[in-house]
Amino acid sequence: MTALGKLFRTTAFKLTLVYLVVFALFAAFLLGFFAWNTRRLVNEQIVESVDAEITGLITQYEVGGIRRLVIIIDTRARRPGSNLYLIATNAGETLAGNVGGLPPGLLQRTGWIETGYRRLDETEGAEHRALVRVFQLPSGFRMLVGRDLEERDRLYGVVIAAGRWSAAIVVILGLTGGFFVARRVLRRVDAMTETAQTIMGGDLSGRLPVAGSGDELDRLAVNLNAMLERIEALMHGLKEVSDNIAHDLKTPLTRLRNRCEEALRTGRTEADYRRALESTIDESESLIRTFNALLMIARAESGQAREDMTDFDASEVARGVGELYEPLAEEKGLVLEVEAVAPAPVRGNRELVSQALANLVDNAIKYAAPAVSADDASRHIVVKAEGEGDRVLLTVGDHGPGIPESMRRRVIERFVRLEQSRSVPGSGLGLSLVSAVAHLHGGELRLEDNKPGLRAIIALPHGGPQRAG
Amino acid sequence: MRLLIVEDDRDAAEYIVRAFREVGHVADHAADGEEGLAMAMDDSYDVLIIDRMLPKRDGLSLIGELRAKGIETPVLILSALGQVDDRVKGLRAGGDDYLPKPYSFSELLARVDALGRRRGGRTEETVYRVGDLELDRLSHTVRRGAEKIDLQPREFRLLEYLMKHAGQVVTRTMLLENVWDYHFDPQTNVIDVHISRLRSKIDKGHAQPLLHTVRGAGYMVRDGAR
Repeated sequence: MTALGKLFRTTAFKLTLVYLVVFALFAAFLLGFFAWNTRRLVNEQIVESVDAEITGLITQYEVGGIRRLVIIIDTRARRPGSNLYLIATNAGETLAGNVGGLPPGLLQRTGWIETGYRRLDETEGAEHRALVRVFQLPSGFRMLVGRDLEERDRLYGVVIAAGRWSAAIVVILGLTGGFFVARRVLRRVDAMTETAQTIMGGDLSGRLPVAGSGDELDRLAVNLNAMLERIEALMHGLKEVSDNIAHDLKTPLTRLRNRCEEALRTGRTEADYRRALESTIDESESLIRTFNALLMIARAESGQAREDMTDFDASEVARGVGELYEPLAEEKGLVLEVEAVAPAPVRGNRELVSQALANLVDNAIKYAAPAVSADDASRHIVVKAEGEGDRVLLTVGDHGPGIPESMRRRVIERFVRLEQSRSVPGSGLGLSLVSAVAHLHGGELRLEDNKPGLRAIIALPHGGPQRAG
Repeated sequence: MRLLIVEDDRDAAEYIVRAFREVGHVADHAADGEEGLAMAMDDSYDVLIIDRMLPKRDGLSLIGELRAKGIETPVLILSALGQVDDRVKGLRAGGDDYLPKPYSFSELLARVDALGRRRGGRTEETVYRVGDLELDRLSHTVRRGAEKIDLQPREFRLLEYLMKHAGQVVTRTMLLENVWDYHFDPQTNVIDVHISRLRSKIDKGHAQPLLHTVRGAGYMVRDGAR
């Protein structure tokens, strides 16, 4: 019964019921209209023929008086299937006709009357119904002409019966149809619910069944599946990140601990302890950096830093960062050039954009320095700020080893480092932060081939000078 | 200097108080915002070190209340919220400096020294002198003895900041914040290279170096002869 109850509660079934009621009402209206019209039509016909007959009879009366009228009516009344006739005196005494058993006082009224009557030729006659017209002749006699309504009522009855049957059929068909539609929908929804439950149970690879009919349930399932796809990818990313965090934070923590233990175990002189403590501080320093970088990325990704947006010139940022790193580049045998003359207005967090650009320059110096050859061009690192369409591009191009195309997407992820760069110090978070900052501003980080080397571009939406801070 | 440390973590507070006393400062401790406010109200401290998150009264509200009462003691805010906008909020609330946790004591000490000295008022001087090194803030000229030294604008500001805090340790982050106005942590120590450039300009060829590296802390401009 619960299964049936569930069925009755479905939207499909409820909808069917609503449609059923609406349709039944409509059918009833249609049939009612039809019945009423039929009745009206039959009545009109009766009225017409009775009026014509009365006119004829009055003519006869005017020609031959009451005697002739009585004879004519007597003759007509005897024909089978004839109309109803009655001639009576003013006192109600019947002179001729085929009608008996009229309700008392009927003849005193004139005009059209629907009434019950008994036929004279039926001794045990049941009451019939008729539409009659009572007419007063100038001499005081009363004449009644009318028609039996059996035919009309039979027609009416047929229509009503048809109405009943069709109503019954509509209800039965509607209910069965609703039942089947609801059951079909319910089955598919049940299948979806089941899948959803296994997904909630932790199996993210589950997908909702798609019937392939392209209906609204299919569209829903397809969209939900796309959503699940995204969630699975995100969860996968999250898992990878937490694995990486676990690895990249636990490794230095283990090192830290080992060093302390070793110092306690083997330390002889104060200098030994001092060295151990100093390296402990260094190690914790780098841990704090990694931790800060992670927090910063999380913050940029969650969009919290959006509150601090101001209008600033990206060219100025490029010049500032260039100036900060120029001596370092020179020390490493590189030449850092800044090409940022024209103003490049950007709305955003100047501090974060500076840091992102600094990360790129830092990377360029770090990776290009060991690759410096006799070739003079390889020494150059170019930092550029320029407008391009509706974007402002902050570009850092170097002639170092670059990043193979297949790895360019990967290196943006947290803690991902190229095999060959393991020897260079770094957290694997630099590009992740750059990318997060770019996204925070509605832009993106592009990594391209600088032929040779890497060209990293922070593309930000153009701020426009007219915009107020 | 007389310092007040408003910090609810007892271990951290005890450590800071002890460390400040070791270097010769007088340090008091308040464990919550209300106590901190009551103690700071008599205006007898040179620098207040206030934790951002405190029981009873929040650090920022404590600073706001002090400033409203006309107490202008320099305040250094300590906070576990080390993000750019938190720093901005702290400074807007009336703080003078902001140090995210975890910090090193040498960093804290250098910043407290800088804040305390500011009150002493060297900022008004137009010419800074350390030994035979002379920096004129109006004409933007630097001389060592009779010799004129040419500096890039940034190098000038770097030296200016170091000389303003002559005799005090200035950390790399302080330089990055005050000379470059960057509040992030460059992965490589870019400041060191700037310092060595500056050093080659002002100390090269002189028997007596003035720009010193303080191991594990930062840099200091000091007349070593005295």
